[in-house]
Amino acid sequence: MVKLTINGKVTEVDAEGDTPLLWVLREQAGLTGTKYGCGIAQCGSCTVHIDGEAVRSCVYPLAAVQENQKITTIEGLSATGDHPVQQAWAQLDTPQCGYCQPGMIMASAALLGNNPEPTDADIDKQITNICRCGTFQRVREGIHLAAKINTAQSSKGSAK
Amino acid sequence: MTIETIKVSRRQFVFGAAITGAGLSVGMALPLSKTLAAVPGSTRPEVNAWVVVAPDDTVTIRIARSEMGQGTLTGLAQLVAEELECDWDKVTWEYPTPGENLARARVWQSFSTGGSQGIRSSHQYVREGGAAARQMLIEAAADVWGVKSAECVAANSIITHTPSGRTTTFGKVANAAGQGVPPTTVTLKDPATWKVIGQPLPRLDTLEKLTGKQVFGSDVSLPGMVNAAITACPVHGGKLASFDAKAASAMAGVMSVVAVGDDAVAVVADTWWHAKTALDKVVITWDKGENANVSSASIDAFLTEGLSAEQAFVGNEAGDIKAGLARAARTYSADYSYPFQNHATMEPMNATAVWTKDRCEVWCPTQNGEAALAAAAAAAGLPQEQCDVHKVSLGGGFGRRGASDFVTQAVKIAMTMPGTPVKLLWTREEDMLHGYYHPITKARLTAGLDAEGNVDALHVRISGQSILATLIPQGLRDGMDPVVFQALAAEGDHALSYTVPNLLVDHAMRNTHLTPGFWRGVNVNQNAIYLECFVDELAHETGQDPLAFRQKMMRNHPLALAVLNKVAEKAEWDKPAPAGRHRGLSVCKAFGSYVAACAEVSVSADGKLTMHRIFAATDPGYAVNPQQIEAQVFGSFVYGLSAMLYGECTVQDGAVEQRNFDTYPSMKIAEMPHVDTTVMPSGGFWGGVGEPTIAVAAPAVLNAIFAATGTRVRHLPLKNQALRSA
Ligand code: FES
Ligand code: FES
Repeated sequence: MVKLTINGKVTEVDAEGDTPLLWVLREQAGLTGTKYGCGIAQCGSCTVHIDGEAVRSCVYPLAAVQENQKITTIEGLSATGDHPVQQAWAQLDTPQCGYCQPGMIMASAALLGNNPEPTDADIDKQITNICRCGTFQRVREGIHLAAKINTAQSSKGSAK
Repeated sequence: MTIETIKVSRRQFVFGAAITGAGLSVGMALPLSKTLAAVPGSTRPEVNAWVVVAPDDTVTIRIARSEMGQGTLTGLAQLVAEELECDWDKVTWEYPTPGENLARARVWQSFSTGGSQGIRSSHQYVREGGAAARQMLIEAAADVWGVKSAECVAANSIITHTPSGRTTTFGKVANAAGQGVPPTTVTLKDPATWKVIGQPLPRLDTLEKLTGKQVFGSDVSLPGMVNAAITACPVHGGKLASFDAKAASAMAGVMSVVAVGDDAVAVVADTWWHAKTALDKVVITWDKGENANVSSASIDAFLTEGLSAEQAFVGNEAGDIKAGLARAARTYSADYSYPFQNHATMEPMNATAVWTKDRCEVWCPTQNGEAALAAAAAAAGLPQEQCDVHKVSLGGGFGRRGASDFVTQAVKIAMTMPGTPVKLLWTREEDMLHGYYHPITKARLTAGLDAEGNVDALHVRISGQSILATLIPQGLRDGMDPVVFQALAAEGDHALSYTVPNLLVDHAMRNTHLTPGFWRGVNVNQNAIYLECFVDELAHETGQDPLAFRQKMMRNHPLALAVLNKVAEKAEWDKPAPAGRHRGLSVCKAFGSYVAACAEVSVSADGKLTMHRIFAATDPGYAVNPQQIEAQVFGSFVYGLSAMLYGECTVQDGAVEQRNFDTYPSMKIAEMPHVDTTVMPSGGFWGGVGEPTIAVAAPAVLNAIFAATGTRVRHLPLKNQALRSA
């Protein structure tokens, strides 16, 4: 048994150390929001956060994760689905089929975590997820909108 | 150890007597994306097949077609809601199952979702369903009040008796309405009075896509479920000779290693990861058969021969092509080609099945529920009445999930362990190897020009695959595949947008061993490239402006001309392009809609392409949800431009060589041009929106590349071509 901290909860999982984190999340922890798209770090569908950084969990072996590292999946990005990226995505109706979107949202949230006001060039560099439905235009718009929502929320917070 | 997770959500239904024979407990809860919940006497009375209204006024609209990202479910719900006169904020949706459709004499008609048909082939009966439900609700209220129904009106889920001002809600009378007699005739609203159709409403299915809650086929989890990974003979048509499962069987979690049909091996294990890793250790001998001799080079030679073959099916003909070419002041000819391409849906193929000797149930993402049911029943050896298919969210479809090969496989595996649900999930590699590929074709275009540079004669010879000949031979007309001529046809949904006095469009059918399939846009993708790039060539060859050159041939095609003029206007075609940028045009009629694009690109000195922006215009007749149409323009452009830039499946020793996104790349956000979309519905007809615009993205960009470089790209994909000579 290995202990992992997933979405703020310590969870015991029973899998071989070389099992990719993606399959530990999906098949051991029952968190199927994180998707399999390629298994070779090409598409980003499996993106989760480890200590706030975006990682492609399909090539991240269980053995490489420490118990005290915080794993965040789409299910744990926010308690009520209102992370600024989720809010922006809802406003713009960004998803199409939705399959790549957990990864797209996690990658975008990580980008904003490191860079609250990314430029288009930053987005081009950091968001390398594949979306076969072709949601890119609203993803780009959504990242900019999320940055604005973030600023608005934090200025509201500091005014209190 | 596997943790069995039963997702508990509002999308849950109680799976009762149906599979008690399977040894599963009665009343266990299974996760379903959306399945019919209304049963007689339940708290959610069915008004009619399309509409269920709960006492709290929640309106559940039944959707027969599959939502795969294209927004059809929201559009279809808008059609019903418009006629129903319900409160849109209270609308939700559910899928009936194909089995229920069968049991109810196909009350929901077709479940097939392809060819951009979701709305345009069902708008009439779907709206009638909403109108009939409204009438039944009004009748029920009038009955309660003892007044004439003609004195009552419905709006926003409230029924009002106009003379007295008395009101009630849909929810209060829904039960009684469901017992009423359905009207024999209904009158649909005048489009001028539409309040819901035509509005850019948010999708009904967005929120669960933001939190990981949406259940796709690959996320299905049933009590006691086991997982399967599969590998089929890499050469299409090849067979399984033998396999040695000794090493694999000893691996963690492995339950069995089984042959599936005559061409595949599957490993069943507690988890999919265990199944997949064990499958890699099964030693398999394939009997690859004679197709192992096929290569891209041999296919190329086969198709090239077709370009000048005597025999060809005539798809469109006018005047006298021979005479037209013979008298031409000048003839001009060019050859083009378009490769095999995989759909590469984001979610690989999958299906979950449970089988007993008298019942089979399948959960799967499918574009064609009825075909999936037929496939499940055939594989299960049971009548369709003893089977059902539960549609789960699709992680993309693009035509691939119209096929049911993965359903057949899942049922066959489930038959090896009666009563146990088996989830089959393909690896990306399996998905790449076993597609229903975009058909491969070549084209030779020959024009006869008069002394003024007008096109007096045009011969378009297509050589290559026919989808119908392989998948739906009953759709052939005396051997001819009409689908091959999309965007080049004489009339109809895919009519050619130009008038040419002497015209011949013909097809030398050359089918290869790789199975072709319907694909987003299918044949308009290459046909629009062939035609629109060739027309651009003719304009340049004769020193004419590409816009004016097209306009001359479009006098009889006012709607196509209107979208072309719109993109020219938006792109300010009459002014020079911004410094360093170059423009290209394209226009097409596809899937009943008129579409055009103007692309603006630059190409660096070392041949690097930047697609800056594309102006798009589409006239789908009626625009049900303009913001979703806009999303489909963005999406179809990404799909079409990915295909143009990278899409190519090559064949070596009979097998497709590309195995994953490293060798079959897909466009990323950095390559995405800004798309400026004009939705300009002219009314009076129902065109598709999911696919049409894919036709114009690539040719507009290719024509812009020519404007930038003088290099004419005639063979796709672009990754194989140098845009500037070294
Ligand atoms: S599944 Fe991990 S990057 Fe594609
Ligand atoms: S929304 Fe379908 S793959 Fe991105």
